[in-house]
Amino acid sequence: MSQAQTLAEPVARRRLLDAAAVLTTPLLPDDYLTVFNPLWAFGELRGRVEQVIPRTDDAATIVVRPSRGWPRHRAGQHVAVGVDVNGVRHWRSYSLTSDPERPDGCLSITVKLVDGGAVSTQLVRHTQPGDLIRLGPPAGDFGLPAEVTRAPLLFVTAGSGITPVMAILRSLERQDLITDVVHIHSERTSESVIFGEALRGLAARNDGVTLHERHTATAARLAPSELDRLCPDWRDRETYACGPLGLLDALETHFEAESLLHQLHVERFQIAQVVAAPGDGGTVRASLAGTTFDAPAGASLLVAAENAGLPVKSGCRMGICHTCVCELKEGQVRDLRTGELIDEPGQFVQLCVSAAAGDVELVL
Amino acid sequence: MTATLNLSKADTDALGAELDAILAEVREDLGASDREYIEGVIQLQRRLEVGGRAALLMSIFPPAWLAGVTMLSSAKILASMEIGHNVMHGQWDWMRDPEIHSTTWEWDSAPTAEGWKHTHNYLHHTYTNVVGKDRDLGYTIMRVSGEQDWKPVYLAQPLYNVALAATFEWAIALYDLEFDKLVAGELSLGEYIRRSQGMMRKVATQSLKDYVVWPLLSGISAPTTFAANLTANVVRNVWAHTIIFCGHFPDGGATFSEESIEGETRGEWYLRQMEGSCNISGGPLLHLMSGNLSYQVEHHIFPDMPSNRYAEVAPRVQEICERYGIPYSTGPLHKQYAQVVKKIVRFAFPGGKRADAPESIPAPTPGNTRKGGATRSKGIDERASRVAA
Repeated sequence: MSQAQTLAEPVARRRLLDAAAVLTTPLLPDDYLTVFNPLWAFGELRGRVEQVIPRTDDAATIVVRPSRGWPRHRAGQHVAVGVDVNGVRHWRSYSLTSDPERPDGCLSITVKLVDGGAVSTQLVRHTQPGDLIRLGPPAGDFGLPAEVTRAPLLFVTAGSGITPVMAILRSLERQDLITDVVHIHSERTSESVIFGEALRGLAARNDGVTLHERHTATAARLAPSELDRLCPDWRDRETYACGPLGLLDALETHFEAESLLHQLHVERFQIAQVVAAPGDGGTVRASLAGTTFDAPAGASLLVAAENAGLPVKSGCRMGICHTCVCELKEGQVRDLRTGELIDEPGQFVQLCVSAAAGDVELVL
Repeated sequence: MTATLNLSKADTDALGAELDAILAEVREDLGASDREYIEGVIQLQRRLEVGGRAALLMSIFPPAWLAGVTMLSSAKILASMEIGHNVMHGQWDWMRDPEIHSTTWEWDSAPTAEGWKHTHNYLHHTYTNVVGKDRDLGYTIMRVSGEQDWKPVYLAQPLYNVALAATFEWAIALYDLEFDKLVAGELSLGEYIRRSQGMMRKVATQSLKDYVVWPLLSGISAPTTFAANLTANVVRNVWAHTIIFCGHFPDGGATFSEESIEGETRGEWYLRQMEGSCNISGGPLLHLMSGNLSYQVEHHIFPDMPSNRYAEVAPRVQEICERYGIPYSTGPLHKQYAQVVKKIVRFAFPGGKRADAPESIPAPTPGNTRKGGATRSKGIDERASRVAA
């Protein structure tokens, strides 16, 4: 994704920046442009916080104005956000909840406080308008392809799984594309629904939207078998689901049983990890940095590299965005999602979902 | 026997533990204000450079020329010393910021970052002042210690030291290629060519920027902008040369043999770093413009500690030195530099095998304090004789 967007950058602008780099070598024009305005950067993506809107008592929506180089995202995508906590840069991935058509060009993410989470605490509790954050390129394939926007749709979401769907719903409404949408959303209570008002308002404004809320503090968790009752024509709809792993796995099983898996599109926030095999873990040699560090068995190479102080770029941290990909030079690593071994030199390793299986050399 | 050599293994171990504790304490305390500091210096440097380059577009007017050269020289000095040198040491790696990181940094100076990190961070900082290992010791072309063999060419070193000062960045770039190692067969021709190509690319882009493109952009001010950029580079070179030579070559700086560092412990390594380095006393501006290499002792024991922290650990390091009887060499810039010049002149001539040759070591003066009460010269003498033995 990010690759394609970089290529799509206007050629003329690229040439101009290359020419200007002769004046600024070994630094880049960005390094001087950002002296005047941090958002004038063309290369590194940044954003300036414009607004912090408290949602529930432990969640906030952060509205961000992106720098010039920001490629327009698609509704449903997520973005890696880099913030400095005690001077140290940390990255986390959040779904973009704003639609790309938003007229002021700003982005928004909604962050829920995680116990002991450095980034979520910084964003929810300590971020103020005017603060500068770093952004990764928009990433992820979750979202509506152009040809299905007018098809009958079913959204199944739970908890913070609402976030990417919020962007999709906003985008559909802004473009006046809502025809037939059924939305089933689960949350503990009515008050704790992150976008409660927005969702209810959207359903009230649009005849084409039917919203079912399930409050699991007082009712049972949603079971896929309930689809027949809540949305009898679900088999004729394209279904987009986002939420906890249990819900998504159950939906997949249910759709598969009806041979309808191709109509189900899911976005996972967590990944199920496999256990390490004996003999895993080892010393990693980072050939570019010229350093070595220890990578424990079953722990992601990304975290190990960060703990060793290497500034590894990362995005989703769950094996999706490929921001942290690097080349394997020697040794083998284990894919934590599948347990599969990657052992051919020259293969690319997703650091965030790989662990060392013995000593490894990486082009890092 | 001197205080230095009275240090037993237990003493040096304790010394190592005390210094390790200071380092750990500072690391633990690093935070947002440290990031603000380095980001502030980087902003200042970029503003000075933008201001300087802009002023020089009208450099045909003498006040614009003077203002431009002042700003550009300051920007280049900051870029090389407080920013480039320290970033490449990894002092700011803890921030995990790819824009301020040792693995990504390239600087406005002739040596490539890669070459610099090898000869400086690795060779010089690991083998500080070890004759035959530390290539900074006289930068392979100067004789600054009685333990280096004398050759007739050294007679000219007071002269070529001046040339070295003016062209310091180019000299370092050449020296990072390690031509001497190629001759000695320790470096493959392929690797030498690869390094040379990297350097030539750097030389080409740096020269194109300072001596072609910016002058051309200045229109009728082209010749004066050319002269201004040349001046700024020379100012930066002379300043860097001065600071770096004052860091190791005043009288306090001891030299060591390869044998004497075999099986060295962490505490002994600290000891050698402290004995081989000299501080420069002065105000905040001197410390900033020297890239805090005015705290050369602290820099050598803690090369990857953020430079803004040297000032606060210096009194503690000095107190430790006092307690262990380790000399802590410091003095104002003019005094330290005078001693460097004296040394360069002295060692241009043969002799002075023993580092404490009476004619090369003036008596301690109040401006050149040697805390700890040890007579420095004897300390070196002991080490030298240990080597000879």
